[in-house]
Formats: sequence, C-alpha cells, structure tokens
Amino acid sequence: MARVTELLVNGGWRRIDVDSNRTLLSVLRDELDLTGAKFGCGEGQCAACTVLVDGVATKSCLIEVGAVQGKRIVTIEGLAPEGKLHPVQQAFLDADAMQCGYCVPGMILGAVSLLGRNPNPTDAEIVAGMNGNICRCGTYPRVMRAIRAAAAARKEGRP
Amino acid sequence: MKRRDFFAILGGGIVVLLDDEIYAQETGGGPRDAAPAVPLEIGAWLHIGETDVVTVYTGKVEVGQNARTSLTQAVMEELDVPPESVKMVMGDTDLTPFDMGTFGSLTTPRMWPQIRRAAAAAREMLLDLAARKWSVDRTMLTIGDGRVYAPDRSSSFGELARGEKWTRTIPANVPLAAAADWKVAGDSLPKVNGLAIVTGAHKYSWDLRRPGMLHAKVLYPPQFGATLVSLDASAAEAMPGVNVVHEGNFVAVAAPEAETAAKAVAALKAQWKPVTAEIDYHNVFEYFKRTAQDGGATAKNLTSYTIAYIAHVPLEPRAALAEWEGGKVTVWTGSQRPFGVRSELVQRFGIPEERVRVIVPDTGSGYGGKHSGDAALEAARIAKVLGKPVKRNWTREEEMTWAYFRPGGLIEVGGKAAKDGTITAWEFHNYNSGASGLQSPYHIPGKKEKFHYSESPLRQGSYRGLAATANHFVRESYMDELADSVKLDPLAFRLKNTTDPRLRDVIVAASDKFGWKARQKSAGRGFGMAAGFEKGGYVATCAEVAVDPKTGAVKVLRAVVAFECGAVVNPEHLRNQVEGAIVMGLGGALFEEIQFGEGRISTNRLSKYRVPRFADLPAIESILLDRKDIVSAGAGETPIMGIAPAIGNAIFDATGTRIRRLPLMA
Repeated sequence: MARVTELLVNGGWRRIDVDSNRTLLSVLRDELDLTGAKFGCGEGQCAACTVLVDGVATKSCLIEVGAVQGKRIVTIEGLAPEGKLHPVQQAFLDADAMQCGYCVPGMILGAVSLLGRNPNPTDAEIVAGMNGNICRCGTYPRVMRAIRAAAAARKEGRP
Repeated sequence: MKRRDFFAILGGGIVVLLDDEIYAQETGGGPRDAAPAVPLEIGAWLHIGETDVVTVYTGKVEVGQNARTSLTQAVMEELDVPPESVKMVMGDTDLTPFDMGTFGSLTTPRMWPQIRRAAAAAREMLLDLAARKWSVDRTMLTIGDGRVYAPDRSSSFGELARGEKWTRTIPANVPLAAAADWKVAGDSLPKVNGLAIVTGAHKYSWDLRRPGMLHAKVLYPPQFGATLVSLDASAAEAMPGVNVVHEGNFVAVAAPEAETAAKAVAALKAQWKPVTAEIDYHNVFEYFKRTAQDGGATAKNLTSYTIAYIAHVPLEPRAALAEWEGGKVTVWTGSQRPFGVRSELVQRFGIPEERVRVIVPDTGSGYGGKHSGDAALEAARIAKVLGKPVKRNWTREEEMTWAYFRPGGLIEVGGKAAKDGTITAWEFHNYNSGASGLQSPYHIPGKKEKFHYSESPLRQGSYRGLAATANHFVRESYMDELADSVKLDPLAFRLKNTTDPRLRDVIVAASDKFGWKARQKSAGRGFGMAAGFEKGGYVATCAEVAVDPKTGAVKVLRAVVAFECGAVVNPEHLRNQVEGAIVMGLGGALFEEIQFGEGRISTNRLSKYRVPRFADLPAIESILLDRKDIVSAGAGETPIMGIAPAIGNAIFDATGTRIRRLPLMA
C-alpha cells in the first residue's frame, strides 16, 4: 500500500504516515486533530465534511488522501489567520446563520468556494451552488442572507 | 456537585440556589416530608466568584435551540453584566442540578424565569455586601456593567464576592418584572458561542478524544430482533491493535484508529438466527388499528389518514466517549437528557449515581431524537471491558436504523358542518402516533377525541412537536374537507368556529400578510392554510404551491407563518426557530418516509432518505406576535405544525385531489 507522508494543510506542511486510500476526512480529524470538518453521512450527501482543495469545495469524506498530496488544503481552522475572521465567517455571525452549528464549517467553505468562482451570485446560483449542503435545522434562508451579504461586502471593498 | 462542596470547588464567593417546586409537582411526588432542612430539588445554581464571572449551572443542554444564549440573556437582564461575563455550565451531571431533560419546549417557560430569579437574588446579595462593606445606605447603591456603584466608589462583582462564603436559597416563585419592563430580554442577542461555531473550534461529542482512546464499532444484527448463533472473530482479532468484545448477543470491536475498527467489524463472521417480521411500511396502518388496546373507534364512516414513520436525522449522529477511572465512569455524549442517560448507565452497571458522570457538549441537534443513551451505554460497556477510554461514533446508517423514529400513525376523523359553517359534530381517533395536539382548538361542543395505544413494529419516541404535527395535519386537512362540504372559504370557515382570541389573531395575521382574500387562482397553483395551538404557542401558516400537471411534483413557492408564544425573549432567534421549523416541516410534509420490511430499514442513509435542501426552500415570511402581557412559552416545536396541512390544502386547491397521508408525495 502506498503511503502518504506529508500534506499541505492550512498553509503549512504536516507530517503524517498513512495509507493513501484513507479518506481525507479521517486523516484531518484523526491524525491532525482538525475536527472542524464534520462527519455527517460518509457518502457525499450532506457536505458537512467540506474542505477547500486548491480553493475548490471538496467533500473530504469521499476523496482519498493520496489524491490531494501536494495540493493546498484549507479547513475551517485555517480559513483566516489566527484571531481574524474571513468575511464569509463574519457574514454567518452577522446573519446568525446557525442553530446547532454542525453544518456551519461546511457551509462556510462551500460559500467561499462559490464566491471564488462567482463573486456576485444570483439567488438561483446560490441555491444551485449550495444545494449539496444540508442544514437539518433549516437555516437555509439565513445562509443565503449571509452569502448575499458577503458578496455585497466584497463588491463594496469592505473587509 | 453537592451543596457542601460548593465553596471547596468554587473557591468562595456568593451562591444562589433555587428551590424548584415545579419539579415536585411535575413528577406527582405528592407532599414533601415535613420541613426538610434543604430543598429536595434545585432548579438552577448561580455563583459569583473572585474573577467577576457569573457562572450559572443548569441541567438544560444546547442542541441548537439557542438556550445558551437566551439563558445568558436572563442573567444579563437581572445583573446588568455583559454577555462575556456570563458562563453557562450546562448538562453536566456532576456540576449541574438535576433536570428532567431539554424537551417539550420547557426551557423558556421553566428554566428561563428560574435563572432570572437566581440572578435577581444575586443582585440583592451584591448590594447587601456593598452596603455592609462600605457602610453605605443601600438606597445609594446602583448596579451596572458588572460593577456596584456608590456615590464615591465602585467595585466589580468579583471584588465584592472575594472572601465571602455566602449561600442563599430562594423559592422558585419570587415575582419577576413584567416583560414590558425588560431591558435586555426582548432584544436579539447573537448566539453567544457563535465565534466557536464559525471557526470550527467548538468540539461536539463526535470530535472529542482522550489519551489512549480506542474507536469502537458494534456488530448489529441484520434484522431487528435477530439473535447471534455463532461468531468467528479470528480475522478481526488477527488485525494489529484490534480488540473484540463478545457478551451474548453483543459484539464489538475496538482499535486505536477508527478505520481499523471499521475494517475489523467488517471482518467478523457472524451467523444470525433470522426472525419473521410481517409488518412493513405498507401494512403497518392496518396493524395499528388491529392492535389498538381498547379496540379502537366504534363509529363507522370515518375518513382515514396515514402518517409515516420518519427519522430525526440530526446532522451529528449519536456519539459517546466513555472513560472509567477508579470505578467511576465519565461519559461525554450528545443528549437531550443527561440525567436520563446517567440513570441508564446506573441501571446497566449497577453502580450508584455518584459513580456516573454524564457531560453533554453543545450538540449537533436532536429534535427529540437524542433522549436515549444508546451510544453512551455501548461506549461505557466496551470501555469497562477493555480498561481504556472508548469512543463510539455512530455512522449515518446506524443513526437511521438503531435510534428511534417519530411514530407512524393511523388517524380516523369524521364531522359535520351546518350550512352557515358551524361545526356540529367532530370525532377524531389517533392510533399510535400520539396524543399531543389531539384536541381541536376550535369551538365544537360535544366533540370526541381519543388516542389509542397500539403496537409499533419499530422503536419509536419523541420528535419535534411530537404527534401535534400529525394531529394538526389531519385536523386542518379535514377542516378544509368540511369547509368544502358547505362551499365555504377555508379562512371564513375557521374564523366561524374560532372563539379563542389568540387563535383568531394568528389566523388573521398570517392570512392578511399572505394576501389570502386577494389570492388569484391560476392553473397548477394552489393556496392553503392551517392553524393550531400547542405547548403554549399559537401558529397559523399559509402556503402557496405549484403542482406540475404531468408529474404531480409539488413545489412550495411561499409560506407565511404567524406565531405567538407570549412575550418574545429573543426575536431573531425566535425567527430562526420559526423559519427552521418550516424548512424541517417541509420534509415530513412532502417526502420523508422510513421504509421498512422484514425487520430492516431500507431508507437508512441520506442517498435513500431525502431531507429538505436549499432547492426546496420557499419564500418564507414570519410574523411574530409579541404579547408582553403573556408569559413566554417555548418556541422550538409548535411552528412546525402548520406547514404540512397548509401544503396539503394548497395541493387540493390546485388539483381537486385530497391527499390523506404524510408524506404527501409518497
């Protein structure tokens, strides 16, 4: 079995020693204690496990760690520098776009990815872009509000 | 924490204890023994120590309903402290007073005023302390921003509490300021631990670890009730680091890595004795009727509605981490009933309560689905055998098979309306689904309503709103059937039979905002409404749907919901609950259904069990009727009740077809 010995996570190289067919989610959580990526279903249906791989939202429960060697992986813990918030994180706080919060890291990283490829999405584009993310508490209206606000803030050049 | 241990553990300060008489009444405990030296049950504790932090201990838990925030507001209201200075210790059986559990929308009506009383008492104690220490007339003192002020000096709470060991017990019925006079409550304090959520810092039960911890998997039978005939665990035992636990029908494996444990459980070769299970999700409704303990309804010509079993699908599946040390077990687990889980552990291991500690981290939701301690029992059992901390994280398939479900049900209803719209007869029978919300809120003299206990082929339990959702679905659907029988508008028909002014208010508010009277019929479009009352809250919901003429697919375009639960504590969080209830309710209304047969669940994963997504979202408008003159009720459940019947009625309006089942699109 091929081994993976290092990963580029949150801007730094992290030493590991795992089988290359382990899921990225299990390596992040169990080897690197990055538990912001959540287990929700294990079959790519809920996107609670979303991380960014080279800036693109990726379901870490489905992808093998061997497939992301050398790629830039960003988890919720590394989205903003220590003590700072990414504008999308701030927008989620401002909109109170959460109840239990379990889906929130995946929602935020999904939204960052969406805004990265479409800085000014319509509501229909937000729905299409986020439809893979489940919030069982039903905060979808607030998540949409947060994404709209983050897009507007970027357009106006606000931090 | 025992009362006498307070100061040993907390290191001085002032403590307020609440004597919770409500609990004694609730459990029917009868009159207490003559003059106990201390209260038998304590509802909440509040401590102010030397660090200026106001710490509140409550057995309630946070599962997304934002109780941590609303209870913080209760402290702020009475003590005038910033939210950063309030620490809520929740759901820890060693530290917090007993609590029956976080369910039934009871945190706001019960715990919220309790904590206000405790904080109000602490305020008086601080003023007494300052008056004594400074030899100042108490009337000269004011309190604000975490400090006590005299004309010539001030002190923080911590400075005043330093060196004190002062405990005061107050009764739970101390009067409180009316909602009209609230200063902090009634405003929208943002979620107090929101920062930990958006940064991923918050650790849910699923995320916790302990040094030396093993991950465990349980080998479940292929059918409910199947028994183990033989087990060959040699392949699993040969895997490095794998331990196998086998006690009768219970088989588990544990390993340092979760993925190794998953491989090991897959490597177990087990033979099971199959069971015959004839009841499935098609014939279960007939089964409910057949097994009714009292024989069921005697009336003929009733109209039948069916209610499917559905799953809670909390996004965080059940998880528990158990660690034994010196004969005492500590279990971290997501649960709505930390003390209930403690009882389950006490019973399972035959040890006293003092040797079981259950700690509930803020949990990835519950919706009534996390009342039992299944994962906790498994983790503790395996940890005891192996002598190491054990983590038991359930998968989605396990969560959707081995937890419990919202009950399915059969509901039979009949009634008559006079030409002027007055309901002259009403009969309503619920089999198995439950009695919550069974009673019609409309004025119908001589109505008959009955819940019939039946046998359930599936394990069933609590769910957001309990049976009120099913009972409201049927009642409000049948209200429209009756309205149609006398060719009356659904709004006019409801108002004709409404005498409760609070019910009338929500119906009028929702229908006005919706534009009910001005609605325009067009092909494939329909409009429906529903209303009701449960757990101290009134709800009315209007919905507009589009029905695809070819496929019959239903899209909910718009939902307007009016909700009134007395004085509003936190408007934004109430709105969040109301919107969330509408979204969650869409699933049970339209497509959620547990399919089962031969002792198996076939819809046991998200690719087979559809829950609402962004694309299902209608335009939602919520109207909050803030009644400052009425004591606040809880709001996590009741707003879910109106959406299913409103949609069902809108489908009838669009198509002329009455669908008498949940989910409507099965």
